[in-house]
Amino acid sequence: MKRIAIPFLVSLAAVASSAIAGPLVYQLPPETAELKPGPGVDSAALCTACHSADYITTQPRGKGKAFWQGEVRKMIKVYGAPIGDEDAATIASYLAATY
Amino acid sequence: MLKMNRREALKSALGAGLAAAAAGKLSAASASETIDLPFGNGERPLVAYPGKRPLIVLTSRPPQLETPFSVFDEGIFTPNDAFFVRYHLAGIPLKIDPDAFRLNIQGKVDTPLSLSVAELKNSFEPVELAAVNQCSGNSRGFFEPRVAGGQLANGAMGNARWKGVALKTLLAKASVHAGAVQVSFQGLDRPVLPETPTFMKALDLDHALDGEVMIAYAMNGEDLPWLNGFPIRLIVPGCYGTYWVKHLNEIRVLDAPLDSFWMKTAYRIPNNACACTEPGKAPTSTVPIGRFNVRSFLTNVTDGATVKANSNLGLRGVAFDGGYGVSDVAISVDDGKTWTRATLGEDFGKYSFREWKANISLAPGKRRVMVRGANRIGQTQPLEPLWNPAGYMRNVVEVTNVIAE
Repeated sequence: MKRIAIPFLVSLAAVASSAIAGPLVYQLPPETAELKPGPGVDSAALCTACHSADYITTQPRGKGKAFWQGEVRKMIKVYGAPIGDEDAATIASYLAATY
Repeated sequence: MLKMNRREALKSALGAGLAAAAAGKLSAASASETIDLPFGNGERPLVAYPGKRPLIVLTSRPPQLETPFSVFDEGIFTPNDAFFVRYHLAGIPLKIDPDAFRLNIQGKVDTPLSLSVAELKNSFEPVELAAVNQCSGNSRGFFEPRVAGGQLANGAMGNARWKGVALKTLLAKASVHAGAVQVSFQGLDRPVLPETPTFMKALDLDHALDGEVMIAYAMNGEDLPWLNGFPIRLIVPGCYGTYWVKHLNEIRVLDAPLDSFWMKTAYRIPNNACACTEPGKAPTSTVPIGRFNVRSFLTNVTDGATVKANSNLGLRGVAFDGGYGVSDVAISVDDGKTWTRATLGEDFGKYSFREWKANISLAPGKRRVMVRGANRIGQTQPLEPLWNPAGYMRNVVEVTNVIAE
């Protein structure tokens, strides 16, 4: 418990114990991952509109093109990523070659 | 040109901040500390988020933080600042006014309710329960063959004392219509794109009314940490974390099963007793994931440790199941030929971690220490890992390799 950020705790306690009104805010630390450079990385950067790069970089390595094509297809069909066929193919190739 | 147009359209849909990310302009912070999880591509940064000690960063946006395994040897309850974090959608709430926050209960009820956190705390009989929360995909990184998804080691679980109001109490006050079948739950988090299915989960009405499903406003005696669902979250004892909706602000009573991607497509398991398929094969039919299977862990000796041979070695750890209660934990140091019964620690209830302790003596050499739990209805853990395509519900007997000398 010692290492909890003190300002955060204090602000919560203040709201809980008194009439101080107003919203609390939460500050996320900076992101820790980025995509490796390579052919197609500009298209793959579209992925990071909805999620950080570590969603990609932490996946098992060497899963191959079918794996990544499946993932890209899922992002488009299930999650509604507005990525066209051309970008989708470029992204899958980049991911298969890079990860 | 077409390519540019699509990209411009995406950017405008996302707003300035995320558009910068889409263009690859977001600079990544460098983490000073890292940890190597024991599977391929397992290096992760350790970062202290506000209200949290340094935790294993699986993903940054939205945050998914894993508890370092050493925490589970600190005690039977997982400290709030070490409790794992799992979101699905990047639109997580970063500003909440606890006074203005309301939990709305609507749908097939006579009296829709809109309750403040203060009302939840002061106007209803509080209930308290110790319960484990565990991610469906806890330990996914150990699956072989590897599967897509969050590559977690064993730290997407935690045990806490939850305090709040029984859902049954709130539904009674709202007065559920005859013919209602399910209750749905939604929190403040939202997708980045309107096309992405928003995160909603549902429980069958009988389950919602079991008196144990709870709306919690306190965790281990404190307000919920922000990333664990401040100011209130759903607690579904014995069931996987996917149902424990965070920042819960909308409960809806339904007269038909919820038609949500997160129930009908995601978080489903093979419809058989082992929730498993032949590795690499898809299941023929599936059902929504439900209760935890039995798991047990050794916490005070780490894999690869050197221990003293031919002397009394004290082992301890934790075990849990989906709510029948752990009845037995046993240790084997001969690859499962013989098992030594462990002593169980204090019983904090059937949904809690249960501590176990055992004493063993090891002959010199490389030794494999196995731990296996069983519950009151005789469920136990398999000696060989089970597999399913989503990487859910891993519960193989854990093996800790040690060198006795």
